Amino acid sequence: MNNTALWYTTRGAGAVSLVLLSAVVVLGVLSTLRFESTSWPRFLTTGLHRNIALTAVVFLALHIVTAVVDPFTHLGWLAAVVPFSSYYRTFWLGLGTIAFELLLAITATSLVRGLIGHAAWRAIHWLAYASWPVAVIHGFGTGTDTWSGWMLVIDLFCILAVSLAVGTRLLVQSPDPLADDRARFRERVSRKVTK
Amino acid sequence: MWIDRTKCDGHRLCAELFPERIHLDDWGYPIIAAGSIPAALLPHAQRAVESCPVLALALRRVVRQKAVAP
Amino acid sequence: MTNLSLFAGRPPSAGAESFADHARRLGARPAGNRALIDTLDRSGLVGRGGASFPVGIKWKSVLSRSRGAAVVIANGAEGEPLSRKDQTLMALRPHLVIDGALLAAEAVRANRILLYVGEAHRAAVAAMARALAERPAADARRLILLPAPASYVAGEATAAVNFVNTGVATPTATPPRPSERGVDGRPTLVQNVESLAHAALIARNGDGWFRSLGRHEAAGTVLLTVSGAVVKPGVIEVPCGCTVDEVLELAGGVRGTARAVLLGGYFGGWISARQAGTMLLDPKGLPAAGGSLGCGIVSVLDDTADPLEVSARIMQHLANESAAQCGPCFFGLRSLSAATTRLAGRQPDHGDLPQLHRWAAMVKGRGACRHPDGAVSFLQSALSVFESEFAAAAGARGRKAS
Repeated sequence: MNNTALWYTTRGAGAVSLVLLSAVVVLGVLSTLRFESTSWPRFLTTGLHRNIALTAVVFLALHIVTAVVDPFTHLGWLAAVVPFSSYYRTFWLGLGTIAFELLLAITATSLVRGLIGHAAWRAIHWLAYASWPVAVIHGFGTGTDTWSGWMLVIDLFCILAVSLAVGTRLLVQSPDPLADDRARFRERVSRKVTK
Repeated sequence: MWIDRTKCDGHRLCAELFPERIHLDDWGYPIIAAGSIPAALLPHAQRAVESCPVLALALRRVVRQKAVAP
Repeated sequence: MTNLSLFAGRPPSAGAESFADHARRLGARPAGNRALIDTLDRSGLVGRGGASFPVGIKWKSVLSRSRGAAVVIANGAEGEPLSRKDQTLMALRPHLVIDGALLAAEAVRANRILLYVGEAHRAAVAAMARALAERPAADARRLILLPAPASYVAGEATAAVNFVNTGVATPTATPPRPSERGVDGRPTLVQNVESLAHAALIARNGDGWFRSLGRHEAAGTVLLTVSGAVVKPGVIEVPCGCTVDEVLELAGGVRGTARAVLLGGYFGGWISARQAGTMLLDPKGLPAAGGSLGCGIVSVLDDTADPLEVSARIMQHLANESAAQCGPCFFGLRSLSAATTRLAGRQPDHGDLPQLHRWAAMVKGRGACRHPDGAVSFLQSALSVFESEFAAAAGARGRKAS
């Protein structure tokens, strides 16, 4: 296969993955915030979140596979699963591997959510807040296009969108109307640990 | 359709996806119509169950059984 | 009349009956086994915790799932504010309760017994602790005293099980019920302490004896907490099947004129005084007559008290005691109690009264436990018995609708 084609595919798929994953994070936050309007029902947020995430995984797979088979990078398959094991751009690529594996865990647990239960699923899902920034930094560090105009714009847009979403989440109080009262009651009827 | 009321946090996706059998009360929590779900509506019921962010819903087979002691 | 069976022996002023006195008075404890369960079936003993479920059937259900590692929880949480019978029983006859718990454990093949005593009932906790210490090691080894948090729903069966499992006394959704999977996933018998005490005596005296204590087809005796506008409020033991009038006589008679009687406590309902007088206090027969014995509360409302105000206070208490796990219960009871309070203050919002009926129907059955159901039943009984007062309050000059 044409080396240049592989190379371009890797970079392109990487950029697309970043955009899609940023959208996934934003949609996830919107879901927690219980965003809805007359034209945007709740199930649209969660449905898009799920479908775009799966699409992102496909593009991510493309990004990884084309990078590994590309003779220019001398990457073995090991580099895709063991962080910091490649000679080529060791550190930045290692970050990519980490981000990928976190995403893998999140995706896998989401697919079997019914089997593992809500609590376990939720615990793993928190890793999304680690996976996304690591992926962004990976992109900056190892991306060939990092400093080209269009890539900068894309990066800026993604970072802005996610920051806005997460910022809103942190500032707004929990949309669950029972949260405070439930916690207060639990405190009342919990076994006091006596020394 | 069975619901674990302690888990339900009123996300309301179920009512969006299965309005044939699920309505909302005055405080935004689901009222599930009694009775078994006909086969034609089962796909909607399943979507509603899967859509619940806290896994509060489940579909159970209707089994006629004697009352269980509390 | 007041010393029928549970309180036979020394008078209340003598305090808790010691193990020595208990053994001297009643003899050695028989063994718990399958035969005992059959005896309990024939005796007609039903649970005294509020649900009035037949005790024999309950034990049978746990035994059928037990593989020798079942659990018994003696429920003495008594979170109902108007009820004092369980704490009184534990304070005066702790060994009857412990006997009952041990018998139950043997009969259902349990290897762990928890005495779940409301932590606010300090006399009862102390008496049970001392009673445990008096017991021989073979008994004491299997028993653990576990103070229950002071809240209304802590006495609910799944809440008790949850407290043992997780340290938090909140009710859980069923299935599974405690008799199927409870403490540590094992079949668990949650039985009220008064029921266990009755079982302890039935084991010694037989089912015929128990049935003979009742009147008019009812079996056995029951502990009642009589309160409100009576001369001598307190806990008394009466034969099942006696009338409300007879009970009020035992409590020294009514102070003033009775308007209504609250039967069963916050979880029960109002009965008009006219109707209540001749009602037979039989846990099994009462529902057919439109009442519920619940946990044995008989509280008299006289005609100087405002029934709306009393009802509103009770609704407020029930709303505040919601575990806040289920939206319909927490918000429903809050709305109901707010509207009832407005009506009691004669400053209703427009439409408050029809909303009460509407919300009551909306809330019923939509919580994980029976707390909202009990509150709704109570309110519906108030709406029925005090219909004219509610109508008058609703027609009162209300605030302008916003």
